[in-house]
Amino acid sequence: MTRTDTRVGPVEARPALGPARPFWTSRRRDQLTGYLFVTPQLLGSVVFVILPLILVVWYSLHEWNVLAGTFDFVGTDNYRALAADPNLGAVLRATGLFSVGLVVLNLGLALLLAVLLNQKLRGTILFRTVFFSPVVVSLVAWTIVWGFLLQDNGGVNGLLDTMGVDGPNWLRGEGTAMLSVIVVQAFKNVGLNMVLFLAALQGVPAELYEAAEMDGASRMRQFRRITVPLISPTILLTSIITVVGSLQVFAQIAVLTQGGPGASTTVLVYYLYQQAFQFHHFGYGATLSIMLFVIVLALTVLQWQMRKRWVFHES
Amino acid sequence: MKTGKGLAVVAAALAGVVALSACGGGEAKDTGPASLRMTVWSANEAHLKLFNEIADEYRKSHPNVAEIKFDPIPFETYTTTLTTQIAGGNAPDLAWVLENSAPDFVASGALLPLDDTIKKAEGYRYDDLSPATLKLWQNDGKLYAYPFSTSPFGVFVNTDLIKKAGQKTPAELMAAGQWNWENALATASATQQATGKAGLVIRDFDYKTWDNLASFWTGWGAQAWSADGKSCGFASPEMVEAMTTLHKAIFTAKALPGPGTTADFFAGDAAMTITQISRASLLKDDGFAWDLVPLPAGPKGPYSVIGQAGLGVMKKSRHADVAADFLAFFTNPTNSAKLAQFFPPPRQSLLTAENLAKTNPKLKPEQLQKVVIEGITNGVVKPTHAGQAELSQQVRAGLDPLWKPDADVKAVLDGVCAKIQPLLAK
Repeated sequence: MTRTDTRVGPVEARPALGPARPFWTSRRRDQLTGYLFVTPQLLGSVVFVILPLILVVWYSLHEWNVLAGTFDFVGTDNYRALAADPNLGAVLRATGLFSVGLVVLNLGLALLLAVLLNQKLRGTILFRTVFFSPVVVSLVAWTIVWGFLLQDNGGVNGLLDTMGVDGPNWLRGEGTAMLSVIVVQAFKNVGLNMVLFLAALQGVPAELYEAAEMDGASRMRQFRRITVPLISPTILLTSIITVVGSLQVFAQIAVLTQGGPGASTTVLVYYLYQQAFQFHHFGYGATLSIMLFVIVLALTVLQWQMRKRWVFHES
Repeated sequence: MKTGKGLAVVAAALAGVVALSACGGGEAKDTGPASLRMTVWSANEAHLKLFNEIADEYRKSHPNVAEIKFDPIPFETYTTTLTTQIAGGNAPDLAWVLENSAPDFVASGALLPLDDTIKKAEGYRYDDLSPATLKLWQNDGKLYAYPFSTSPFGVFVNTDLIKKAGQKTPAELMAAGQWNWENALATASATQQATGKAGLVIRDFDYKTWDNLASFWTGWGAQAWSADGKSCGFASPEMVEAMTTLHKAIFTAKALPGPGTTADFFAGDAAMTITQISRASLLKDDGFAWDLVPLPAGPKGPYSVIGQAGLGVMKKSRHADVAADFLAFFTNPTNSAKLAQFFPPPRQSLLTAENLAKTNPKLKPEQLQKVVIEGITNGVVKPTHAGQAELSQQVRAGLDPLWKPDADVKAVLDGVCAKIQPLLAK
């Protein structure tokens, strides 16, 4: 059946059109190719990042009793409970201590190793491999092995014993437990930062050092005045990665200390896990995860803004 | 306009996902052939072999059941993993429930009431179930989980190690009427000093799973909390005395391995271990000479402590009725007798040394009589309370300062009560 034009009155004359342009122009094809390339990543971001984020906010406004199967809207009750949580201070202190300890130890050690292994000496490739190898080891396996080594009668104290030192019960002391977790995590990932620093160091022009030497600058002065400014973009990158990673530590705590002794190693993610999955307070767990998100976001933005003060050649 | 439509689509998608997530899925009943999944804490080959044999037998007469799968979850994270599965909409059809989470599971309505199914099952003999063993698993007169394992704690003994240390064995001490904690700890300490191996290990305690210490402090008449669950018992004189004895045994006499030191009895690393008979399957035929004896008598006399596990059907199971029917088959008199070799059943007719001996070739009738039957008859169940996970965490953190050589036992135990009293009073 064909449609007839039922409009009444004079039909407006259409402007004269030139020859029809093909729809599939090379520009459109390029655009489509571009969209197709980004689609998987875009879908992944929506499904695995944005949607869960929105859901977590939604859950934080509810009391979800998994066993009873109830899901009740409670408004901002969980946020009020968060503000009044007597354990939160200790949890944030433990989290802060872990983050500061890890960032200082990991970045310091990684930079030191990178500088040492940037020399043109025999065996440096072997050492680079040795220090990088923990990065590819399973995190849980790595932590379990360290758990055995750090036991009262474990390998670390055995080694100290041969030197006549009576080692502490590493995972049972309030101070040593946190130190142990920091060291285990630092050794696990120091190789990654070391490789990034090595790459940055190899990009520093040798002429600058030669000129500095001719001017009589010491090695330490060269390091402070040439090396650090020129690798500062890498320092920024590694510090952001390490800070964000340190706030998300979980497996090491779960395997090594379970938050103890006392609550000395109960960091934010472990506390969140306890509240949600052990105590069945899923709504409150979601609220804690929102707080974690805000903290990570704030610290990342802060670091990004701070770059203007100390990152050299930052565009 | 376009933006509005886009937002509407996103909102609709979100609403769908939220609804699905909140419901946890899995509520729709499935009418096709059933595939059942049951979570268990044990990955022991002997346990799983027996479970599978019973499941295969059931499937022969029930073609509507395509598969019955036993899903082992590590003991340490059992309840957490099970809860996560439920939250994620992946609840099992049947679940083993440990006694420390029984009040939460039973009272929450997560489990299907079993009375109707198992009372109607042919030849089930519901009246044979000991009423005392059912208490923990009942709510408002209905049974929400079958007390699958009612297992008293006993002491496994490495007699080779104790003889090597020149000590009297627990059997000899029992014969002389001297099997009490004073002598047990002295034997453990002397064996440790003579052999360098651990003396006594409270299995699975590891200075964290503190409720296993009930197998010790009950001998002093101590309790974690009152029978009504409202008052803390950690600061009681009985508990202080028990924990002072334990503290001295660990840090002065070295009768127990200290915190951060592991010793596996079944690998021959310890003279004695307190555990349940289901662990007998870990004993190797070509290993050391061993014995099983009851818990030593405490200052308040002989006593027994029971660990229980229930078997329940998840209400959200797509095949809840089929799962309940399988549970009735799994725990009928015939299969209970088979399972009794690892898991002492609540059936009174099976609780005779003669019966248990048929399926427990590793244990002698007198061991079964003294440890299992008398233990079930006289025993108290390990501490259980609603919201036990949170309570456990607070007690664990509160007890941590006790596990140091210079700890002030009374002050630490007062601190535990200060932490948990508000939770108990809820």
